[in-house]
Amino acid sequence: MRLALDIFTLVAVSAGGLLFMAGTAGLLRFPDTLTRLHALTKVDNLGLGLIVVGLLPQVDGPLAALKVVTVWLLGQFSGAIVSQLIARAARRAEHQQ
Amino acid sequence: MASFLFCAAGFVLIMVALGLVRVLRGPSDVDRILSAQLIGTGGVAVLLLLAVATTTPSVIDVALMLTLLATFVSVAFLRDASRSETEPPRMADRR
Amino acid sequence: MNVALAFDLGLAALLVAIAGWTIAARANIGAIVLFMVDGLLLAIVWVRLSAVDVALTEAAIGGGVTSMLLLGAATRLKDTESNPEPAKLTLLLTAGALCALVSAGLAAVVFFLPDPAPTLAPVAMANLAETGLGNPVAGVLFAYRALDTLLEKVVLLLALVGVWSLARDEAWGGVPGLRVYARPNTILVFLAQLLPPIGIMVGIYMFWAGASQPGGAFQGGTVLAAMWLLVLLARLQQVPAISLPWVRLLLVIGPVLFVAIGFLGFLVADAFLAYPPGYAKPLIVIAEATLTLSIGVTLGLLVAGPPETRLQQ
Repeated sequence: MRLALDIFTLVAVSAGGLLFMAGTAGLLRFPDTLTRLHALTKVDNLGLGLIVVGLLPQVDGPLAALKVVTVWLLGQFSGAIVSQLIARAARRAEHQQ
Repeated sequence: MASFLFCAAGFVLIMVALGLVRVLRGPSDVDRILSAQLIGTGGVAVLLLLAVATTTPSVIDVALMLTLLATFVSVAFLRDASRSETEPPRMADRR
Repeated sequence: MNVALAFDLGLAALLVAIAGWTIAARANIGAIVLFMVDGLLLAIVWVRLSAVDVALTEAAIGGGVTSMLLLGAATRLKDTESNPEPAKLTLLLTAGALCALVSAGLAAVVFFLPDPAPTLAPVAMANLAETGLGNPVAGVLFAYRALDTLLEKVVLLLALVGVWSLARDEAWGGVPGLRVYARPNTILVFLAQLLPPIGIMVGIYMFWAGASQPGGAFQGGTVLAAMWLLVLLARLQQVPAISLPWVRLLLVIGPVLFVAIGFLGFLVADAFLAYPPGYAKPLIVIAEATLTLSIGVTLGLLVAGPPETRLQQ
């Protein structure tokens, strides 16, 4: 049982790390602000989410697990809103040029 | 398990460092704010991984605080980036 | 543990690199973003040094409040648009040499510390049970060195008065010139309606948990300040004039109550800021609660800046 959970953590955290890499690659290589924003939201959502889900078998106690999930949900929620604000600001900056 | 989590944290930290290149290069201020957001998320991930790797649950509180403050700072940065005196009214802004 | 050491070395190298980058960055917002990242990395460093209370404060202040203060300053400077001439080479070399000297001194102090390093930690931990607290940092802040904490809170208020003194004469007592979003932005309003309740809960939790685990009044107060500023930025509330009675009351209630508890120590215990046995924890919690409020309002007004428009009578 312990081994299965550990393997699950390994897989999930590695997947999350891969998504971080993808998001960073997108941030560096995509040509436009809005496309870079798209890469960023994947990281906020799935990258952090997979790491959180992978860490859940390793924390002790339901309170710590709840806190970790809250961190993820907060990050996702505020990431979504800030992405909208960034998109607006990017559009305004484009129109001004 | 702890060494693996340290490795993962180090990997995310390297990604954060690479994201900084965008802060330096990014042609517009909005790009810089974008990378700040990514770096914030990366920092939260590193803190969560460290919290479990060193079995210090109080570090999760640091991650929680960082999430809230990063949101606040992004909003403050964007307030300056979207400052403009001569913008025409848009459809979406009609109340 | 080898992996941990590699992580720490990588973190230290990254920190130095970013510090160099911040100095070399030309664009204003770029430099401020780098400074914020510096704060975040420092928070991780504090976590690695097992100083979680300091990490909390660093993430909040260095990553949040200071960035906003710098942003306000940078935006005001942009309006003046002055291009200073680059510094002369001799000046740069002198500054670099002095910085290297300070770093070498610090390194020497760390390397030539007597082994084991002198510390009061065992004594502090041994007497912690009498205060009823579980967090040694809270014990140091409110029991062993409570006078320092009191003076720090007063210094915070003095800093606020210093910021206010930058106002023009006719604007004194008026509304701080915090720049808010020019037009109502529905998305931001949504965020500012949903996030502050969560943030206030987190702030109260941080203050409450500070008695037995890392946290405390300062960290909780910073979260409250950030949430209040978010509401102000989204124009859900007007920035209050600094001469309003409730603003002044909230600002001083923390330090005043702390001083009152201190004088109470003369009556019921033996000295200023001494706690009667058995009542230490309730008194400390009351002091911390009001301090959290005061710190929140103080930090929020510090970021809001000096008053710029006269209060409409």
